[in-house]
Amino acid sequence: MKLLTHNMLTSHVRGVRPGGGFPLRIQATEVKVNNVDFNPEFTARMVPKVEWGALVEAAESLGHRSDLPAEPIPDYESNEDFLRKVHHVLMEVEVVEGVLKCPDTGREFPITKGIPNMLLSEEET
Amino acid sequence: TAVFLLSFFQSPFWILSLPSEDIAKGLMKRTVCAKSIFELWGHGKSTDELYSSLKNYPLENMAPYLQSNLTYKIKVHAFNKTLTQEEKIQRIDSLEFLPFEGKVNLKKPDNIFWLLEDYGMDPNNIPEHPIDLYFGRWIANGQRDLIESYSVKKRHFIGNTSMDACLAFIMANHGRVKPNDVVFDPFIGTGGLLIASAHFGAYVFGTDIDYSTVHGLGKASRKNQKWRGPDENIRANLRQYGLEKHYLDAFVSDASRPIWRKGAQFDAIITDPPYGIREATRRTGSQKEMAKMTERGTENHISISSNYHLSDILFDLLKFAAEHLVIGGRLVYWLPIYKPEYTEEIIPRHPCLKLISNCEQTLSSHTSRYLITMEKVKEFEDEDHDVHILESQYLPYKSHNSFRDKYFSGVTKRIAKEEKDSQK
Repeated sequence: MKLLTHNMLTSHVRGVRPGGGFPLRIQATEVKVNNVDFNPEFTARMVPKVEWGALVEAAESLGHRSDLPAEPIPDYESNEDFLRKVHHVLMEVEVVEGVLKCPDTGREFPITKGIPNMLLSEEET
Repeated sequence: TAVFLLSFFQSPFWILSLPSEDIAKGLMKRTVCAKSIFELWGHGKSTDELYSSLKNYPLENMAPYLQSNLTYKIKVHAFNKTLTQEEKIQRIDSLEFLPFEGKVNLKKPDNIFWLLEDYGMDPNNIPEHPIDLYFGRWIANGQRDLIESYSVKKRHFIGNTSMDACLAFIMANHGRVKPNDVVFDPFIGTGGLLIASAHFGAYVFGTDIDYSTVHGLGKASRKNQKWRGPDENIRANLRQYGLEKHYLDAFVSDASRPIWRKGAQFDAIITDPPYGIREATRRTGSQKEMAKMTERGTENHISISSNYHLSDILFDLLKFAAEHLVIGGRLVYWLPIYKPEYTEEIIPRHPCLKLISNCEQTLSSHTSRYLITMEKVKEFEDEDHDVHILESQYLPYKSHNSFRDKYFSGVTKRIAKEEKDSQK
């Protein structure tokens, strides 16, 4: 699971407060860094779509913040150095094994071989 | 510019008007439906008609391509007939009246001109003379090679219902997928649809309720192979085509449950929902059912799925698209149809989505599926959350539930008839 994906997922367990369930807390037992071709246009497109605080927090919790600033810089589209950092955090850092924990209910969603399992039973939704 | 291209409808040739040569080239960079596009210089129902049409084509339009410093060659192609080399040369010689000033170069000409002859679509009834003739300057070829290079036959990871490569590219084109888009398939299966989007430079997400499929576990769909191998998964499929960098994530999730945060947006949603014809429709069930499943020791250990009605699948899909597409983003999906009951009114609608096209693919004498393309035209607001399809549309659309019964009743009848016939 990439951190870009993590940034877009919420918990939908019964008992999550309205607008809550985000961000899911990551408890990783295995993290891998894969090389992915850097695409400045795509990365720049993602910057305004990302919940920045959640991204920084997630990267920090995995020990891969890589000097990512606390806020996106104003001229981010033309700053390759900044975009490379964002690219690394969004696309290259991957959680291979671990769980995603609902911040409201504590329900855990397992991540196995890099693939999160977001299924719930009917009673839980 | 008047141009025409080879296509695959009632006639393999199609004349169309386009604003510029660049647009013609752009079209051919994407289409898998057309072979080549030409600038049309003349056409007619007979050789004489063609020649007089060519003589009327403005000289100033031809001149830039016929100059003395430019080389050329003329090719002859007959549809539904084989011409001998002699016949071809004869035809080329007859075009001498065109004001060519340059030299012929068969290997690397600056311009290629084509004489195209159409002998109709019926191989058992080939007319002596062509029914249509065209002459034009070649501009570009389409992407029909992609059908072969992305063929399901050569793909590592496939399922029982993997989408034909040609259809996958048509869907990506209907979705107007472009570089740096984010494309999502909520019923990803083995990921075939996303491969086409990734080819066009998009980044892809997918989910599926089936744990084994997303993990590439379980029985193989291929003949002569029992179990899936270690590199049979969605990511490896993209890797096979050099597209792994366009992989975002595929994960296990139920399309009927909201897991994306508000504001998470996709440029296109391209999908082939499970209609229970070749793969079961499922969604997450209760814990009781889950316990039953665990007893049986199935791999899908998280939860079991119960039947997911067709009308609910469509309702959820449209609502999801209305909420999570960008404005101008497109939803492209297949809708199964029981032909005797089909009218355009039964296509499900949503106030935020505008119907762009509905294209039929015939499956049998009484069933077909429609490729539905919708575009998001209005921001999703809270009042759209519980919007129900208009009552008038809702009723016939509910009848989609009976599609399976009708579809299978036809199939059962046919099998029964075949058995009866074989006993005679």
